[in-house]
Amino acid sequence: MLHLHVLASTSPSGLQQLWFVLIAVLWLGYFFLEGFDFGVGILLPFLSRDDMDRRVMINTIGPVWDGNEVWLITAGGATFAAFPLWYATVFSGFYLALFLVLAALIFRGMAFELRGKRDDLSWRAWWDRAIFWGSALPALLWGVAFADFLHGVPIASGAAWTGNFFDLVKPYALLGGLTTLSLFTLHGATFLGLKADGEVRERARHSGLILAPATFALMLGFLSWTYVTAHTTHHNGLVPPFLPILGLVVLAGVGWLMREHLEGWAFVATALVIVILFVTLFLNLYPRVLVSSVSPKFSLTLSQAASQPYTLKVMSWVALIFTPFVLLYQSWTYWIFRKRVRRAEPLPTSSGIGS
Amino acid sequence: MVERTKGPSVSIDNAIVAQYFLAMAIIAGITTLTLARWQFGVTTVFHFLFVPLTIGLGFLVACLQTAAYRTKDEHYDRMARFFGKLFLINFAIGVVTGIVQEFQFGMDWSSYSVFVGNIFGAPLAIEGLLAFFMESTFLGIWIFGRGRVSKRVHLASIWLASVGTMLSAVFILAANAWMQHPVGFKIDKATGQAVMTNFWAVITNSTFFGAYFHVLFAALLTGAVFMLAIAAWHIRRDQQRDTFLKVAKIAIVVTLLSALGTCFMGDTQARQMDSQQPMKMAAAEALYNTQDGASFSLLTIGDLTGNPIFQIRLPHLLSLIADNSWNGQVKGIKQLQAADVKKFGPGNYVPILWITYWSFRLMVGLGLLMIALGGVGLWLVRKRRLEKSAWFLRFATLMLLAPFLANSLGWIFTEEGRQPWVVFGLLKTSQAVSNVSVGYVATSLVGFTAIYSFLAVLEIGLMVKVARKAPEALSAADDERPLELVY
Ligand code: HDD
Ligand code: HEM
Ligand code: HEM
Repeated sequence: MLHLHVLASTSPSGLQQLWFVLIAVLWLGYFFLEGFDFGVGILLPFLSRDDMDRRVMINTIGPVWDGNEVWLITAGGATFAAFPLWYATVFSGFYLALFLVLAALIFRGMAFELRGKRDDLSWRAWWDRAIFWGSALPALLWGVAFADFLHGVPIASGAAWTGNFFDLVKPYALLGGLTTLSLFTLHGATFLGLKADGEVRERARHSGLILAPATFALMLGFLSWTYVTAHTTHHNGLVPPFLPILGLVVLAGVGWLMREHLEGWAFVATALVIVILFVTLFLNLYPRVLVSSVSPKFSLTLSQAASQPYTLKVMSWVALIFTPFVLLYQSWTYWIFRKRVRRAEPLPTSSGIGS
Repeated sequence: MVERTKGPSVSIDNAIVAQYFLAMAIIAGITTLTLARWQFGVTTVFHFLFVPLTIGLGFLVACLQTAAYRTKDEHYDRMARFFGKLFLINFAIGVVTGIVQEFQFGMDWSSYSVFVGNIFGAPLAIEGLLAFFMESTFLGIWIFGRGRVSKRVHLASIWLASVGTMLSAVFILAANAWMQHPVGFKIDKATGQAVMTNFWAVITNSTFFGAYFHVLFAALLTGAVFMLAIAAWHIRRDQQRDTFLKVAKIAIVVTLLSALGTCFMGDTQARQMDSQQPMKMAAAEALYNTQDGASFSLLTIGDLTGNPIFQIRLPHLLSLIADNSWNGQVKGIKQLQAADVKKFGPGNYVPILWITYWSFRLMVGLGLLMIALGGVGLWLVRKRRLEKSAWFLRFATLMLLAPFLANSLGWIFTEEGRQPWVVFGLLKTSQAVSNVSVGYVATSLVGFTAIYSFLAVLEIGLMVKVARKAPEALSAADDERPLELVY
C-alpha cells in the first residue's frame, strides 16, 4: 500500500519562498502574455467587419501565441516539480474546470492553424467561433480558479478533497472570473491599439473606452470583497493594502490614455493592472498555496507542498542559467514583429509557409 | 492515496454511512482506475502519432532548406516549402495534444504525482523551459519571418526549432526512463515520497540512452518513410517527376540508415531490459519457463498459457537477443512471478501477455520490413529503375502506415510490459490514480476521445489534400516580399 503523509506545516525556507515567487512569476508572465492573446480572440467577432479584418487581428498574435502558451506549460511543470502536492491537489480537484480549459485551448490552437486553410466563409466562421470561445472560457476560468485558491476550496486534513464541481463556482470566484475575463479583453484591446492599423485600431480604441469602466467596476467589487474576507475570515488583513488601490488607479488611467491616443502607454497600463491583480492574490495566499474552506487548519501551505531542498536547488540552477536566454529570444521575436499589421492585398490564404 | 492524519470521530450511524461510502469508493476506485488508464493510453498514443513526424520531418525540412540555401537549386527549395507545409499542419496537432499530457498527471494520477513529483516534475519543467520555448518561438519566426529576417536567420530558425524538438524528447524520455528503471533517489521516511538524491544519475540513466536513440532513429525513420511515400505517389502520377525523384532518393537512404539504427538500438535495449525488467522480456516472448539457449518465437498460435498449439521458433535467437550469448539463460514468467511474490508480496506481476507478445513482434516485424523498403529502394536507385518500378512505388506509398504503427506498438509494449507497476518496483498503477469520481474521468475520456477523433479527421483530410497537390514553381518575387498576413 502506498503511504503518503502530509507533514505538519512549518515556516517556509528560503528556497521554498524563492520557488513560490518563481511560480508566481511564471503565472504572471502567462497572464500578461496570453492575456492579450485571449483578449484579441474575444474581441474578434466584435471589432471585425470582414474576413480581412479578422485576419489582421489574428495575425497580430500569430507569431507569438504558441510561445505565450508555453508559459502555462512551464508554470504547470514547475508547480509539479517544486510543489507536487499543490499540483496534484489542484489539478485533480479542479478536474472538470481543467478539462474545459484544455478543450478550449485545443480548439483555439487548431483554429489559428486551420481557419486559413480553406477559402470558404462558413468554414472560417466556425473556426472564428472556436477562437472566441477558446479564448473567453479560459480567460473566465483561470480567474475563477485563482479566486478559489484564496477564498477556499473544500479540502480536509491531508489535502483530501471533499467537495465537488459546484463548490468551485461560488459568487466570489465567479466575480474573480468576470474580472479576469474583462481585464484580459481590455488588455487585448490595448494590444490591438498598438499592433493593428486603420479601422481595426480605431475600433479597438473605442472598445477600450467602454471596457475600461466596466473592468474598473468589476475589479473594485472583487478587490473589496477580497479585502473584506481578508479581514473577517482570515484575520490577517490584506497585504499590502496600497497595492490594490494602486491597481485601481492605474486601471482608471487606461480609459484616459486610450482617449488621448496613447495606445502604447495604455498597453503598459493594462499589463501593470494584470500584474498587480495577481501579485495581490499570490501575496495574500502566502504562506498558503490553497486555502481550505472546511477549516483554516486544513489549508495547504508552502512547506507542506514543497519538494525537498535538493530538487529545488537543481531547479534553481537550471532556471538561473536558462531563463535569461528564453527572455532574450522571446523579446527578440516581439522586436522582429514590431510593425503594425496592415490590411494587405488579398493573398492566397492557404499560405502555411510562403506560398 | 494521501493518508488522512486525523479524521472526525465516528458515531454509530456515521459508521454505517462510512461503510457504504467505502464500498462505493472501492467499486468507484476500480472503475476510475480503468478509465484513467484508457484515457492515458488513448491520449498518449494519439500525441505520439504526431510527435515522431514532427521530430523527423522537422529535421529533414531543415536539411532540405539548407541544401536550397547552399546550392540555390530550385528543386530543394520547392521541396522544403512543400514538406514544410505538411510539417506545420502536423506540428499544430502535436502542440495541442501535448498540453493535455502535461496536465493529465495531476488530473488522473494525483497520487502518482505526489509520490514522484520531486523527481519526475523536474525534467518536465526543464522541458518547458529549454525545449518548448525554443520550438515555439523559432517556429514562429520561421513561419512569419520569411522576407522579414535575413535568409540566414530564417534558416537558423528552422534548425533551432528542430533542435528544440529533439531536446524535448531528451527530457520526457529521461522522465519515462526513470519510471522503467528508477535511479538517483531514495524514499523519504517522513512523507513516503520518492525524493531525488542525484540529478545527474536521473538524466544519465542507462535506460534513457537506449530509449532516446531508439526513439530518435524511429522519428527520423517516420519522417523519411513519410517523404518517400508521398514522393512515390507523385512519381507514379508523373507530377514534378524530377523534383520528387530527388527527394525519393534522399528519403530512401535515410530510411535504410535510420531503420538499421532503430533496430540496432532496439536490440541493445532488449539486452538491458533482460537485466532491468526481466518480466518484460519474458512477456515479450510469452516464455513460461526459464531456458538456457532460448529460442525466439516467430509466430505462436496457442492459448498463451504456456501450451502452444502451433509455433515457429528460431533456435537460440532469444538468448542471443537478451544475453548476447548462444546458450544464455532467459528467465521464464513462472519463475519470475514466484520471485516477485517473494520480493514484493502477494499479487500478480505478469502483464497482459497477448498485448506484450504481439506488440513486440509487430514492431520488430515492421522494423525489418522498413529495412527491406530502404534496401530494395537503394538497389533500384543504383540500377536506375526507381521511377519505372510501379510495384515498388505502390509498396512505398502503402508503407506510410508502417512507422506510425510501429511507434504506437513500441510504446504500448514498453508501458504495458511494465505493468502492474507504474514506477517499476516502487509504485503500482493501481496506487497511482487520483481520488476523483468516475463521472469526471468518464466525461473527460469521452470528451477527449471525441475531440481527438474530430481533429484526426480534419488533420488527415487536410494533410492528404496538401500532399496531393504538386507544388508549383515560385517566382523570385514571392520570396522577397514579406508575407503581410500568414494566417
Ligand atoms: C519522444 C518525444 C516525445 C514524447 C515521448 C512526448 N512528447 Fe510531447 N512533444 C514532443 C515530443 C514528445 C515534441 C516533438 O516536442 C512536440 C510534438 C509536436 C510539438 O509541437 O512538440 C510535443 C509537444 C508537447 C507539448 C506542447 C509544447 C508546445 O506548446 O510547444 C507538451 C506540453 C508536451 N508535448 C508534453 C508531453 C508529455 C507530458 C508527454 C508524456 C506523457 C509527452 N509530451 C510525450
Ligand atoms: C528490429 C527492430 C526493433 C527492435 C529489436 C526493437 C526493440 C525495442 C524494445 C526492446 C523496446 C522496449 C524498451 C523498453 O521497454 O525498455 C522498444 C520500444 C520502442 N520501440 Fe522498438 N524495436 C525495433 C523497431 C522499432 C521501430 C521500427 C520503431 C518505430 C518506427 C520502434 C519504436 C519504438 C518505440 C516508440 C518504443 C517505445 C520507447 C522506448 O521504450 O524506447 N521500434 N523497441
Ligand atoms: C514519456 C512519457 C510517457 C509515454 C510516452 C507513455 C506512453 C504510454 C502508452 C503508449 C500507453 C498505452 C499502453 C497500452 O495501451 O497498453 C501508456 C499507458 C499507460 N501509461 Fe504511460 N507513458 C508515459 C508516461 C507515463 C506516466 C508519467 C504515467 C503516470 C501515471 C503513465 C502511466 C500509464 C498508465 C497507467 C497506462 C495504462 C497502462 C495500461 O493500459 O496497461 N505513463 N503510456
